[in-house]
Amino acid sequence: MSNLITKYFPFFTDREVPHTVSARPDTGLYSAKLGIWLFLASEVMLFGGLFSAYIFLRIGSEPGYWPAGLLNVPVGTMNTAILIVSSITVVMAWAALKMRQLGKYRLYMLVTILCGLIFLTVKLSYEWPAKFNHFGVFIKKEAASKYEDFLGNKHLQEAGQNPRWEISGHLLDAPKGSHYAHQAEHNAEHFGHETGRHDAVTPAEDDYVIQLDAVNANPSDKDNDRPHFWPVPMSTKLAVISAADVESASVFAPRHSTYFATYFLITGLHGLHVLGGILVFLYLWLPFPGGTKLYKTNPEHLANRVEIAGLFWHFVDLVWIFVFPIFYLL
Amino acid sequence: MSASHSHSPAPQDASHDNHGAHDQAAEAAHIAAHLGAYIKVGVGLLVLTGITVGLSYVDFGSRSMNIIVGMIVATIKASMVAAIFMHLKGEKMTIWRFLIMTGIFAMGLFFLTFLAHSDPITGTSYSTH
Amino acid sequence: MSTIATADVGHHGGTEPHGDHHHHELGFWQKYVFSTDHKVIGLQYGITGLSFLFFGFLLMLVMRWQLANPGAAVPVVGAFLRSVFGETVMTDAGALTAAGYNVFGAMHGTIMVFFGVVPVAVAGFGNYVVPLQIGAPDMAFPKLNMASFWCFFTSCVIMTGSFFVKGSAAKSGWTAYPPLAGIADLEGGSLWLNGQTIWLIAMVFNITGSLLGSINFITTIIQLRAPGLTWMRLPFFVWAQFVTAFLLVLAFPPLEAAGFMQLTDRVLGTSFFMPTGLMVGQTVAQTWSGGGSPILWQHLFWFLAHPEVYVLILPAIGIVSEIVANNTRKPLYGYKAMVYSVFTLGFLSFIVWAHHMYMTGMGAKVAAFFQVTTIMISVPSVILLTALLLSLWGGSIRFNTPMLFATAFLPMFGIGGLTGIPLAFNAVDLFLHDTYYVIAHFHYVVAPGTIFGLFAGVYFWYPKVTGRKMSEFLGKVHFWGSLVFINGLFFPMFLQGMAGVHRRWYDGGVTYEQLAGPVLHWNKVMTASAGLLALFQLVFIFNFFTSWRIGKKVGRNPWDATTLDWDTPTPPPHGNFEKPVEVFRGPYEYSVPGHPTDFHPQSQRD
Repeated sequence: MSNLITKYFPFFTDREVPHTVSARPDTGLYSAKLGIWLFLASEVMLFGGLFSAYIFLRIGSEPGYWPAGLLNVPVGTMNTAILIVSSITVVMAWAALKMRQLGKYRLYMLVTILCGLIFLTVKLSYEWPAKFNHFGVFIKKEAASKYEDFLGNKHLQEAGQNPRWEISGHLLDAPKGSHYAHQAEHNAEHFGHETGRHDAVTPAEDDYVIQLDAVNANPSDKDNDRPHFWPVPMSTKLAVISAADVESASVFAPRHSTYFATYFLITGLHGLHVLGGILVFLYLWLPFPGGTKLYKTNPEHLANRVEIAGLFWHFVDLVWIFVFPIFYLL
Repeated sequence: MSASHSHSPAPQDASHDNHGAHDQAAEAAHIAAHLGAYIKVGVGLLVLTGITVGLSYVDFGSRSMNIIVGMIVATIKASMVAAIFMHLKGEKMTIWRFLIMTGIFAMGLFFLTFLAHSDPITGTSYSTH
Repeated sequence: MSTIATADVGHHGGTEPHGDHHHHELGFWQKYVFSTDHKVIGLQYGITGLSFLFFGFLLMLVMRWQLANPGAAVPVVGAFLRSVFGETVMTDAGALTAAGYNVFGAMHGTIMVFFGVVPVAVAGFGNYVVPLQIGAPDMAFPKLNMASFWCFFTSCVIMTGSFFVKGSAAKSGWTAYPPLAGIADLEGGSLWLNGQTIWLIAMVFNITGSLLGSINFITTIIQLRAPGLTWMRLPFFVWAQFVTAFLLVLAFPPLEAAGFMQLTDRVLGTSFFMPTGLMVGQTVAQTWSGGGSPILWQHLFWFLAHPEVYVLILPAIGIVSEIVANNTRKPLYGYKAMVYSVFTLGFLSFIVWAHHMYMTGMGAKVAAFFQVTTIMISVPSVILLTALLLSLWGGSIRFNTPMLFATAFLPMFGIGGLTGIPLAFNAVDLFLHDTYYVIAHFHYVVAPGTIFGLFAGVYFWYPKVTGRKMSEFLGKVHFWGSLVFINGLFFPMFLQGMAGVHRRWYDGGVTYEQLAGPVLHWNKVMTASAGLLALFQLVFIFNFFTSWRIGKKVGRNPWDATTLDWDTPTPPPHGNFEKPVEVFRGPYEYSVPGHPTDFHPQSQRD
């Protein structure tokens, strides 16, 4: 197979360039190690650009327009732990190769790949979709007094907290022509099924009906002033909001707010990095010419490849170490 | 063409040949001694993750104080990953040099955009919403 | 040890019946298209880049025609342009429309910077010359090198293709400032297939290619220097490329991040750069949640784009240094000072970016900071220029074509640099911002500056690539014509700028005749100069292609140069060097007393 590749795709084969495997004496580095660190330096600046956008937008946001406590903290914590475990196993995989223990290498690498896959699965099949089915409306300031029951700004002012302008939950009815109509219908059916209330409210044509999050159901409850660790179940209370009082309305998607915009962009880009890492690990784990097959001819080369792929993986972990608190906790 | 191939210079790979079995064994023993450290650091990271979550529910007086505390813990965790898992501790100077530069420029990017938000001389502050 | 693995394959595959003529020769596609050889990749970059430089130049010619003759049909090619670019860009009569002027303006800037000068100066010359000058068989990562070229090439195809979507290419300038860039081209168009969105996608590919390439350069320079080639024996061109690569690695990613953000602003409706209460048409735009900041884009953009200015100029300074040392037949004056300067320049270039943003009202404190760093950065620039000028002193100068361009580079770059100093000052900049003064300033840096440097490099290394020299006579005709008319083109812009002529008036200032009247006649001079400048470039193109076949044949070292690139066969084969190279001395040992010839190559033991 490798002969075929070299024959028809010679550009996929290695040129004999010095220091591909062994270190150059005066720098003490083999080239790929230097290369991956340079790449990571550029990655620092890439995520640095995104984080500086986060800082810039968050500091610049008007009080009450930077949501908190909307993400699932236990799930996020679990995912963080999974990434950390994968970081341990990948460094163990490298060490196993260095000690020429191919079996252990295969095992540790498999665990790493599985951890990466679990992380992505949780993110894509649970965390993101849950957000896309959550809905929020920002109330115009001049209309806020009408919705004081859901916003609780009087209480927040007394508690010395930022005001609240958003009412969120599950959308049960959307104004005519809204492209959330389908989602609202689906939610309303579900809501009716759960509670047995099928005609809870009779909204006007351009009203939003929202099954409220706990925080909007009891906005004056001191318990709701700070985010909770375990997600609080939604209330069955409904709010009817006139479209005329709404500044902006959206599901918890990138367009919802600059908070979700940065959240989805950074976690999305991070997710792509996780995916890239998994693919590289798979390549190194399977018997490809550049993967475990390389062990027979040049185990040191394979160890080097695992080391640089590992460095990339640790960096992805390192980015998550910052992403987790700034979006989930703070 | 082909003649010039065979006459090409041998790469300056002095270490290539003396990278013998002896060196390899010594390196393996050296790495074996580090395995415990990797596990310890990993456990430490998991514990610190718990601490980060816990601390975020403690009221340090203001949101910004909480952010500062959270970022300090995150920085400690990140340093552990970089120093031990990524072997930055004891890494070659070549790499350190440009990583320090990268750090400086990244900080510049953070703080100068941050400073651009308010001007104490005129007393203005710029809000984006 | 063989230099390329494919040679081994030939041996293994020798049993195959038709393997004979495949033995050591790669097929056309592998040799010239999907090549991993740094020289082929360098040429691919160089030729693609030069074509784009010419294309960007032609866009400018049409704009200049419009400025001198507002509303008049473009002569000769008007109908042709109408049929190529469509109704958005050209009227039926063949005149440039207002939207067309914006398209050409945006694409001229984008193409010249990201698709012309950087590919030629950094990727083209860098790929071809750097491994030769450091005595390496290839780049450190040959496959990555090929990947970066194809990333770049993809971006070229996408960017060029954007001319042909509905509404034509991007119209928001090469700076793509939101909120205008955020809403541009969306009205009535497709969400994805519109000028500005395609611009962003093309830029993401372009940036990725640049990043991969720069990582390769740095690794190559650190890891593959020949034995004895210590840091202070590196040719200055290698230093320039080294610093340039660092600028690209660290400054480009924030723009890539910003590009992603603007892309999601356009296609996902986020509000990274879209402020609350943005009026589109006469109503508040409801498409965005608001809360974004247009200023954020400017920070992230200029965080790249200022270092990018040095990315444009440093390789040219490197080329000029090589040529000046070679043709004055003496060492560079202050080589070490130049090395330290180029590092200082690189470092400082990261902390001056907001001098492009004085008009945003960012506040006196920040403005003062950037004003100081901007003035500081003129110090290393002046050291570089002064060292090159002093290198001329007392030399027995050979004024061949590369040297003519290199010599002209010095005062031209000087004009460009010195006219930048007033712009560094906050108060002066408020008046000069967005006038033709700024256009003149940075064009002096990159056109008679960088591009003269690139021409010098083409004439200088052409014999190494092809084994033949370009015609000296045609070269001199090209040089003198270019020198005269490039000044005719750019110098009047200073006059117009100081009179307050704004850079974005598409009728050349006729609407504002009361203000701009006394300087408007310069438009005719500049446009005529631009046309004549184009004629002299045809001389270059003719010379470039004919010399390939009929130029004077030369040996491996036609210029009697000292650096390792002249130590290879001409043209250099795969693997570059015939025998192991070792370096014994500094890069510019010309006219060493006691040595029999007036040059002492680095690879010569004694």
